[in-house]
Amino acid sequence: MPEILHTPLEARHTAAGAQLTEFGGWMMPLRYGSDLAEHAAVRERAGLFDLSHMAELRVRGAEAGAFLDHALAGRLSALELGQARYTLLLAESGGILDDLIVYRLGASEWLVVANAGNRAVVAEALAERVAGFDATVVDETEEIALVAVQGPASQAIVEAIGLESSPLDELGYYRVLEAVFEGEDVLVARTGYTGEDGFELYVPAHAASDLWDALVRVGTPMGLQPCGLAARDTLRLEAGMPLYGHELSTETLPAQVGVGRSVALRTKGDFVGREAVEAGPAADAPVLVGLVAEGRRAGRAGYPVLDGDAEVGVVTSGALSPTLGHPIAMALVTPGHSGSLAIDVRGTRIPVTIVDLPFYRRQERA
Amino acid sequence: MTTQYTADHEWVRAEGDAHVLGVTEHAQQQLGDVVYVDLPEVGRTFSSGEAIGEIESTKSVGELFAPADGEVVAVNDEVAGDPTLVNQDAEGAGWLVKVRFTSEPELLDAAAYQATLS
Repeated sequence: MPEILHTPLEARHTAAGAQLTEFGGWMMPLRYGSDLAEHAAVRERAGLFDLSHMAELRVRGAEAGAFLDHALAGRLSALELGQARYTLLLAESGGILDDLIVYRLGASEWLVVANAGNRAVVAEALAERVAGFDATVVDETEEIALVAVQGPASQAIVEAIGLESSPLDELGYYRVLEAVFEGEDVLVARTGYTGEDGFELYVPAHAASDLWDALVRVGTPMGLQPCGLAARDTLRLEAGMPLYGHELSTETLPAQVGVGRSVALRTKGDFVGREAVEAGPAADAPVLVGLVAEGRRAGRAGYPVLDGDAEVGVVTSGALSPTLGHPIAMALVTPGHSGSLAIDVRGTRIPVTIVDLPFYRRQERA
Repeated sequence: MTTQYTADHEWVRAEGDAHVLGVTEHAQQQLGDVVYVDLPEVGRTFSSGEAIGEIESTKSVGELFAPADGEVVAVNDEVAGDPTLVNQDAEGAGWLVKVRFTSEPELLDAAAYQATLS
């Protein structure tokens, strides 16, 4: 087993009473107190997340754009400066090796952000696929800390820490800008994984504690609450956002799991996995659906989905929705079902209804 | 009244000829916010090691295991209506069931239970 990695903020988490857990090779805060309170803070005010476990790979070079177009499923060369995109790293088979956020930072510079647990897979695939291109890939995961502020009060909080930057009002969704915090370069991205407006701040690891402290100081009076992985998971589930290892895997093609739009079939040339994605999944391959139930008892990852007595799929993520107050789940089920199914919850059939994703959508800003 | 413990993170306390059972403070901390409890019916008989109840949090599901053979003589309806009692007072108001054992449970004292946690 490789050594467990520690975020530069671990001492802050411990001091705040966080329950730590191993996740993706890192010790991460699971919750600080009540995960329901943390979840509610993000929906109603703001939550503060340490996401330093996420992997950052910097791609530079004259042919960096062409390389990313070849290596990934999206047309990243088409990003404008300061634009971000959700994209996928595919295997030749079309299966998903990871889902990524890619930022364009310069004429010949991009930042690829991968899931902690897939860091090695992504680094290896990119190192292999860069051969023949005038470009370099550098894994900067341990030099970069990532802190996210998510929720309706997030803009006011990030503004209040005294960044030297252009006005955040002008920073659109899925855009990133360069800023300075106490002499340190910071990337401020209007991205996130909670279904709320929010910011992800990429900072040098040695500056993470000062940034965290500043956010806590100005944010606490505005209702900012440090949040752990437990809240992050229920937030993203309500927002219908897929999670690697649950909805996404090497066994699933993008079209099965609702991320087919991330694959730039029409607008770009060849890329790894193109042939398989073009051929598409088998007609009877399972598709991702949203399920809702009444009551309080949730179907959870791995539980069977039933149509009558037939097992037609499996839950990929499920919980009692803190915001909606009823159980929600995403599941991979064989195509063609409509209306009513059931989840086998440890021997009890819970009736569920198929619904469109997401389960929760925030009110747009006025 | 002396509280004893099981290796499955339950606490057990004698009350007359019956025993009160719940999940430990440590177990509730590990579970996180409890949002649902499923308790057995009064009169249900069970064997040692059988799961007789479920405690669901936002993140996971915990089971209440019977530490001996016996019968359920009462359940905590208050905790069924307000599962957060498990978080607030796991080893008091958040008790789950009262049982009458028909075999001898194997229980740990507080020190021995604490030792299993480290």
